[in-house]
Amino acid sequence: MSLWLTMLAAGLATFATRLSFIYFLDKLRLPDWFRRGLRFVPAAVLSALILPGLVVHGSAIDLGPHNPEFWAGLVAIGVAWRTKNVLLTILIGMVALLLLRALLGHFGLL
Amino acid sequence: MDPTTRSGEFWRGVRDEAPILLGVVPFGLIFGALALHARLPAPAAQAMSAVVFAGSSQIVFAQLAGAGAAGAVIVLVVCVVNLRHALYSASLAPFVRSLSPAWKLLLAYLLTDEAYAVTITHYQRAGEGPGRHWYFLGAGLTLWSAWQLSTAAGLFVGAQIPASWPLDFVLPLTFIALVVPALRDRASLAAALVAGLSGVAAVNFPYKTGLLLAAAVGILTGLALERRQA
Repeated sequence: MSLWLTMLAAGLATFATRLSFIYFLDKLRLPDWFRRGLRFVPAAVLSALILPGLVVHGSAIDLGPHNPEFWAGLVAIGVAWRTKNVLLTILIGMVALLLLRALLGHFGLL
Repeated sequence: MDPTTRSGEFWRGVRDEAPILLGVVPFGLIFGALALHARLPAPAAQAMSAVVFAGSSQIVFAQLAGAGAAGAVIVLVVCVVNLRHALYSASLAPFVRSLSPAWKLLLAYLLTDEAYAVTITHYQRAGEGPGRHWYFLGAGLTLWSAWQLSTAAGLFVGAQIPASWPLDFVLPLTFIALVVPALRDRASLAAALVAGLSGVAAVNFPYKTGLLLAAAVGILTGLALERRQA
């Protein structure tokens, strides 16, 4: 398959996935538990994206000083909980990561 | 519909999406740079941002294509990486069910992690109402434009971005900012924790299948707790 054809197929498949329920929900009768479960989709999917990124360093779990992303993530979680402010969470999280990296680098831990 | 409602919703969507661009623009830059590194032609990389329009799967695409993977393998992997969008689609479907097919096609094309995150928050807070889909459109178009522009920028300057900048950390921070404030009841908190921990346990499953499994376990946990409370 050429590059362009592969790309087109990947694009169509992605679009079909996104369209699936939006387009066909009316034609389906969904069970009640399924509809109630939808409320938990954002929290579950996004947490399953976030947490591995924070605690898995290389290919192992690392909650120690060699993994500043974990500690900066904790700071960001605290800021998000307290302020509910997206921009502030991103800025403070980034600053925390840069500071931690500099600090750990200084003590030769990274 | 009242045109002021319409433009009010649209611009609110644009405004709420704006801070998230801070996380998306570096991601676009990284994709542009990575695509060049994987020897994809620049026009193909730019076109991919419009045709596929899904960050992590585009990065996987570029890496696989650069490593000489077969087209069928690439398409299959992109499908698996993007399966979570079916969950987003199901989650938003009740709110857009009365729209015309043309609207549904347009909004489905614009349905990304970042547009979903602000739109579902808006629907859940503000409830259903006239013109809410204009909010979705505002958020989706804002993200789309930023994605195209940052891809182009990545193709131009990608090679010069210092590797020491932790740009890839902006995206998890964005998701933290969106998820954490919404965890106000026990069932959602448990759903998030269980999904997150399962995601860690299943992190080495191939092609992000661990992500889907973890999300399913989290959703079931939320449902079980909600039932016990009720």
